[in-house]
Amino acid sequence: MTTMTGEGAPEAASPRGAPAGASTEPASILSRGLTKRFAGGQVAVDDLHLTVPRGSVFGFLGPNGSGKTTTIRMLLGLVQPTSGACEVLGRPMPAGLSEALPKVGALVEGPAFYPYLSGEANLRRYDAADPLADPRTVGARVGAALDRVGLGAAAGKRYRAYSLGMRQRLAIAATLLGPRELLVLDEPTNGLDPQGTREVRSLIKEIAADGTTVFVSSHLLAEVAQMCSHIGVMRAGRLVAQGPIAELTAGHAARLRVETPHAARAAAVLDRLELAGVRAADGEVSAEIGGVPPERVCAELVGAGVAVRGLAVLRPSLEEVFVDLTGEGFDVDG
Amino acid sequence: MSTARTTRDSAGSARPDAGKPSGRTGATASGAAGGLVDGRADGTVSGAADGRADGTVSGGAGSLVDGRAAGRVADQDGRPAGAGRAAGTAAWAGAGGPFAEPMRPRPLRATGRLLRSELGLTFRRPRNIAMLVVLAVVPVIMGVVLRVVGMDEDTPSIVTQVAGNGVMLTFVAMSMLIQLLLPLAVAVVAGESIAGEAGGGTLRYLLTAPAGRTRLLLVKFANMAVFALAACAVVALAALVTGFALFPVGPVTLLSGTTIPLFDGLLRLLLVVAYCAAGMAAFGAIGIAVSTMTEVPIGAVAGSVVGVVFFQVFSLIPQLEPIRPYLLTTWWSTFDGAMRDPVATDVMTQGLFAFASYALIAGAIAWGRFTSRDITS
Ligand SMILES: Nc1ncnc2c1ncn2[C@@H]1O[C@H](COP(=O)(O)OP(=O)(O)OP(=O)(O)O)[C@@H](O)[C@H]1O
Ligand SMILES: [Mg+2]
Repeated sequence: MTTMTGEGAPEAASPRGAPAGASTEPASILSRGLTKRFAGGQVAVDDLHLTVPRGSVFGFLGPNGSGKTTTIRMLLGLVQPTSGACEVLGRPMPAGLSEALPKVGALVEGPAFYPYLSGEANLRRYDAADPLADPRTVGARVGAALDRVGLGAAAGKRYRAYSLGMRQRLAIAATLLGPRELLVLDEPTNGLDPQGTREVRSLIKEIAADGTTVFVSSHLLAEVAQMCSHIGVMRAGRLVAQGPIAELTAGHAARLRVETPHAARAAAVLDRLELAGVRAADGEVSAEIGGVPPERVCAELVGAGVAVRGLAVLRPSLEEVFVDLTGEGFDVDG
Repeated sequence: MSTARTTRDSAGSARPDAGKPSGRTGATASGAAGGLVDGRADGTVSGAADGRADGTVSGGAGSLVDGRAAGRVADQDGRPAGAGRAAGTAAWAGAGGPFAEPMRPRPLRATGRLLRSELGLTFRRPRNIAMLVVLAVVPVIMGVVLRVVGMDEDTPSIVTQVAGNGVMLTFVAMSMLIQLLLPLAVAVVAGESIAGEAGGGTLRYLLTAPAGRTRLLLVKFANMAVFALAACAVVALAALVTGFALFPVGPVTLLSGTTIPLFDGLLRLLLVVAYCAAGMAAFGAIGIAVSTMTEVPIGAVAGSVVGVVFFQVFSLIPQLEPIRPYLLTTWWSTFDGAMRDPVATDVMTQGLFAFASYALIAGAIAWGRFTSRDITS
């Protein structure tokens, strides 16, 4: 089900990157061969086949400069793709922009507001730009959005006087001005304190629970692991993997790791237990645990006279999966 | 021995539930259940080589399944803390909430709303107010100076005209200000229009609202035209009030020598204001076109002002006489046609035609550029 679109992936005739069943389930965001080459020749996004299932919380991951924001700009009709096509809420972009975007709340590359206006006046300004927003309810909607991000008390304060976290919150409030079917959040927790980060996370879960699809980009793995049902991983403009989190990590076997001064003897025990992939290093031995109960391994080790200093089962983390997918650490892409 | 270690590991996987204050580091402090974050710290304790593996132990055991559940627990605990969120949700989902009835598209009304918002920004912005104040103060100063100088023997005829009738101060003030100060004020608003939104990043949020590129551009044009009219009206009004206060007022002697009643003279001034506003709006259209080409509002403002100066230098060079009719600035000063008898409709119609041509060309350029441009700010 999980599909790889990296170099090693086989070229499929059907649209790549589509989880099984995508044909029946509508996708909130769909892109086929989406490519952006900037004027300078820089290919920021390269042949992107993205499928964001409706109702998912989709984590869009990638190192700095990997093309996340550029992708989001193309999805929102801000940037014209060099080639390829994308759909948002079933409408082709940018042609169907006026039908799709009123149902999309977007935070793109950080907050941007008029510094000389208050938070509330800023939201009213953006609301006025939405042709489908009802001016009669603007007060209630702005108030609800501000309350929702905990800015109710600072509503009348000038944006200039907002702290970084308050600005970020205001930008999130701006995405909540109307009934949304899709939220596109580019690094929504940038600049927030831990408390704010937690609040944003629970806000996203809350919004997703109402059935809204959330497409959230981030370069922080831990953040995404906690709130997303699906992820897509960008690497230097290419989508190297996408799918449900559980499936992406499922392909990676859990390993048992033993800390011991008797590495060789321990390795022999693990071999005897027919564990695969036994690796012995100085002071530690590891192997794929498979279906063997760890306590049995422990008993065998102790029985064989191995001094066990530590024993742990290592489940594959998202980060490990990424390191496998992206080849290296999570650093800046040119 | 082994138990000690396993205990620690299980403590590790239980950690997310505890929702420890996670402000460990700025960079990775992404929340409570930071199995990776904590794990990495563990790693540094037990040895650099194990770092990542250790991290995956503690976070890993529960990172994908338990971790998420833990997160949910933390949310439920955290939810009451989020002030007003419950209220917000109620307003959100409740049947009587603000989203109860969906809006039918009403393009004209929606555009009117955006224009009102735009006008509100323009006319409440301190810098723009300051420019209007300066435009109002200059005629007052001119009036006072003329009043003082007017007593002299060999003064230019224009001064004696003003000295004879305060209404003429409006005419004199307009002739002065339309050369540079009025265009400057319009250039600021026009140059700011798109470039300011782009530079401030607000353009991307207007467009994803979605304001619509053509609609936003139309609103920017309308807003600029209203400002141009307001600027001209401010000059005329300030001059009129000063003229009434400092000079005798009566039937108006026109430039062509005819004298018309005061009321008719005021109507002529209205015509002057309208004509000047049209000229300024045409210039503003150029300013908006320049504004769609850059993300630096000051650049757009400077660009259009430099354009004005060039035009005016051109019109001073005798050899360039043949191109004068094609220069926008040439037609600004022909508003004096309104102060002749009969009104010089031929010249002024030509002027309006020139304004319309400039505005149309600039509008087309702005539209072509703005609707195809990548918004990367
Ligand atoms: N306007 C532009 N002109 C030329 N190159 C650009 C432009 N905008 C972005 N790029 C390049 O495209 C690549 C992708 O940039 P993008 O902003 O999409 O990355 P990102 O994944 O959002 O990174 P981050 O995590 O830092 O936000 C980068 O290499 C960047 O230098
Ligand atoms: Mg980005």
